[in-house]
Amino acid sequence: MKRLRPPRRGIAISAVMVMAATGLAACGSSSGSSSGPAHLTWYINPDVGNADPSKGGQATLAKECSDASGGKYKIKVQLLPNSASDQRIQLLRRLAGGDKTMDLMSVDPAFVSEFAAAGYFAPMPQNMVKEFTADRVQSSIDASTYDGKLMSVPFWSNTQLLWYKKSVAQKAGLDMSKPVTWDQLIAAAQKTKMQIGVQAALYEGYSVWINALIAGAGGEIVKNPNATYDKIQLGLDSAAGRDAARIIKKVASTGVGGPAMGSSEETQSLNLFMSPQGGFLVNWPYTYGAYTAKDKSDVAATMYPETVAGKAARPPYGGIQLAVGKDSRHPALAYQAAACITSVKHQADYMAASGNPASSKAAYDTAEVKKAFPNGIADLIRKSLDVAAARPLTPYWGDISTALQQRFSPPNSVNQNTPKSTQSFILRVLNGKALL
Amino acid sequence: MTAVAETNKGKLTAEEKAHLSDRAKGERNLGWRLAGPAFVIMLLVTLYPICYAVYLSLFNYRLTDPAGRKLVWLQNYITALSDPLFWQAFTTTLIIVVVTLVFELVIGMAIAMVMNRVVWPRKTLRTIVLIPYAIVTVVSGFSWLYAAQISTGFFNRWLHFFTFGGFSENYNWFGGRWSSLTIICLSEIWKTTPFMSLLLLAGLAQVDSAQEEAAKVDGATWWQRFTKVILPNMKAALMVALLFRTLDAVRIYDNPYVMTGGANKTETLSMLVGTETVSRVEIGMGSALAVILFVIVLIIAFIFVKLFKVDLTTSGRS
Repeated sequence: MKRLRPPRRGIAISAVMVMAATGLAACGSSSGSSSGPAHLTWYINPDVGNADPSKGGQATLAKECSDASGGKYKIKVQLLPNSASDQRIQLLRRLAGGDKTMDLMSVDPAFVSEFAAAGYFAPMPQNMVKEFTADRVQSSIDASTYDGKLMSVPFWSNTQLLWYKKSVAQKAGLDMSKPVTWDQLIAAAQKTKMQIGVQAALYEGYSVWINALIAGAGGEIVKNPNATYDKIQLGLDSAAGRDAARIIKKVASTGVGGPAMGSSEETQSLNLFMSPQGGFLVNWPYTYGAYTAKDKSDVAATMYPETVAGKAARPPYGGIQLAVGKDSRHPALAYQAAACITSVKHQADYMAASGNPASSKAAYDTAEVKKAFPNGIADLIRKSLDVAAARPLTPYWGDISTALQQRFSPPNSVNQNTPKSTQSFILRVLNGKALL
Repeated sequence: MTAVAETNKGKLTAEEKAHLSDRAKGERNLGWRLAGPAFVIMLLVTLYPICYAVYLSLFNYRLTDPAGRKLVWLQNYITALSDPLFWQAFTTTLIIVVVTLVFELVIGMAIAMVMNRVVWPRKTLRTIVLIPYAIVTVVSGFSWLYAAQISTGFFNRWLHFFTFGGFSENYNWFGGRWSSLTIICLSEIWKTTPFMSLLLLAGLAQVDSAQEEAAKVDGATWWQRFTKVILPNMKAALMVALLFRTLDAVRIYDNPYVMTGGANKTETLSMLVGTETVSRVEIGMGSALAVILFVIVLIIAFIFVKLFKVDLTTSGRS
């Protein structure tokens, strides 16, 4: 035993030294000393390429911007979970825990306000605000703003269109060159015995629909989005709220929403639209690229349907904003990287490759975007984005959205009293008087 | 060391305890010195979080809104205990606990008796019985989910086959509350019966075979021997097994989370705590619910220890 001791101690000492050396090396690289590029971590939502930089997704932009930085920074991507709710939980936990790797993150606009209000984002350099808002569609700037300040960088911006089959619209005698209303759509679907794809499962997409219907009737779910929970005022219990409830009930009770309307998310509604029964669909622009049925030449798009005849529709707004975490070691470099990622060229490339529309207006005039969204669809997306309505930019949207989905489910049970009862339920939840 | 071990074997009688000798005092001190550090660490890692949770439960506190933190005293408890959602989760949890406990006890006892009798291959048998318990609960949850759901499952096909077509192949087990709970309970029973049977086996091993033989000679039937000789002799082990499994089952989370995510009124108390704390980041309400769950566990432990007189220190020696 005794003889073995010296070598063992030797091993132990060398092991400690190796550990110390690697530990120091790790510190050196992450603190971004002058010896090499700073390492930025970008938490991305899943897209066309995920972590693979050869597919044109966010990973590709990360690689191109790293190469273009001239050795200043190197961006590594980390993939977030699939659903928006799970993405929120992971980001929130890391931000609340003071994670220093939160250099850049792709955030769903529905949660930007919540994070911004909690002070989770690094302050944006004043001299970059102009660059981040120039040439952007207004709805994307609105969604990035909280309490009058730009809190995140508009990256890609989504909006829903009304997709239809030309043959079905013609048979129903519906003039699609003019704005159509939900009532007209339902009547057309009944007349032609076709179905309308909508999202009404118990998930965020259902809130997107409800919000678009209410906004289209000139209402708003939250009247004062910047208020704290005890002073918040809701606009659900209103004529606009009841208009929305009436349309949801009508789509469900007439059966034009399809047999599985209550469990229908984007994918299921797209599948319904691709089936022979599908006549109409409200969905994001990725629909065009994802439409794989034979009669693709029959597919066309127009503006989102009106809630009230004569009142311009407010299509849903979605997308992704880029944000820099408050505990990032390199906030300045991270904002520089965000500027590179959201350059017009990169937005156009990204839109063409992933099908996710740009927030930059100039991107819509590029040849690659026009090729990916032909027949005037690119222009239509751009126009729809100009009038799109974001979901309420309140820090409490997560709770409000869950409560909305629960109380409006199943869609067939929605009645004229639903907006009122939902409003009082949301207020009780926000004030800690009811569980969710 | 041997001296300590011997006195620890329970040689101190009541009278001796009353008049502790210097030696006994010294040994008691030594005991504290040996167990003390572990005891302090345990207090730090368990008592501190518990006290902190109790403190937080008095606030209306949202993680993303630190400025809006407001002391509301017992309002969170009043809200939780008067909310229908809480009682729904409570009922769901209670149903799962009672159903799984009854089945686990009966099946676990049967397996334990078989294991006790079988001489060959005893070790192999015990290993095989333990396999389900060795599987991570989330994994077993997914296995049962895939086995029961329409697209990937084989349950429906077998039921369809054995009922000669009477059972629909397209039956959605996760479409309703009771059918979901059936699969959740089955998965739970399958997973934890081995644990139960192992604890019961330890109790069975302590039953004096001479007593059993004497009963046999006196003409006692099998049932009489089981209820009058075996069960009273292993009462302590039985109660410990029941207590452990009850406390475990009350905290059920993995299986319903994986299988239904709480849909169709299958949300359990632990899941409710998780929803409030993790996804809604309502730290105050979540802590209040966690404290309520903790109190429920305490009450159950109290009932077992005081009313059923389970002595955890002399397990197996009734």
